[in-house]
Amino acid sequence: MLVAANKESDTIVVQIDGELDHHTAVLVKNKLDDMLNDQGIKNIVIDISDLNFMDSSGVGLFIGRFKTVSLRGGKLAVTGIKANLHKVFEVSGLYRIVRAYDTVREALEDIRGC
Amino acid sequence: MEVRNEMKLEFMSKSQNEAFARVTVAAFAAQNDPTLDEIADIKTAVSEAVTNAIIHAYETNYGIVEIIARLYDTKIIVEVIDEGKGIENVEKAREPLFTSKPELERSGMGFTIMETFMDEVEVESAPGMGTRVKLVKYFKSLVLEPERRY
Repeated sequence: MLVAANKESDTIVVQIDGELDHHTAVLVKNKLDDMLNDQGIKNIVIDISDLNFMDSSGVGLFIGRFKTVSLRGGKLAVTGIKANLHKVFEVSGLYRIVRAYDTVREALEDIRGC
Repeated sequence: MEVRNEMKLEFMSKSQNEAFARVTVAAFAAQNDPTLDEIADIKTAVSEAVTNAIIHAYETNYGIVEIIARLYDTKIIVEVIDEGKGIENVEKAREPLFTSKPELERSGMGFTIMETFMDEVEVESAPGMGTRVKLVKYFKSLVLEPERRY
């Protein structure tokens, strides 16, 4: 479930915790898309350091948001990927489209530096 | 090989039950004391199979999803069964990135994840006849350390 979001210039930082499956992914998607209705947002940083479970529904969620920010010339960053979720990211090929960082700070520094 | 324990679970094909299903199977598997990685693999694969039943088998209708799990000394067999619309082309459905519902942002990685996270995946299905997905996971930690078996 979506916990919190902060906007910093053209970037939003979102924290998702709990479990991301087909049921919760629909709810998170709607909330993210509400935020992305703001056309001034180019980049999105999703912190999942408190996310304990994710299946392919989460993969679809990340791919969808990647497409949105890519069309705006922006980037999708994911931070705090736990060891048990790493396998889902790897198998699904998500690492090819998302930028993965340990912390939100590292992600923001890199995005701003680009 | 002797069955050590067996469980059967039936629930409505509502998305709220996805977490219930995977946590229940994980708790059942935990009796064998597998590793956390093995438990996580089972949870993820069961979640994929149950989600497929909810989204694809019954679509906008509600039906019953059945799970039968059998626990052996060194493996678990989980069957996820629905009586929904069935799969026309199982081979195609198992291809990575294939999805019949791109509008729902399905990634088409469900079967790929099941196949990667489990040791064996069998799918029996036919149009109008429902689907049975059989997932097998060997507890490698218990194969290597027989004294840990219960």
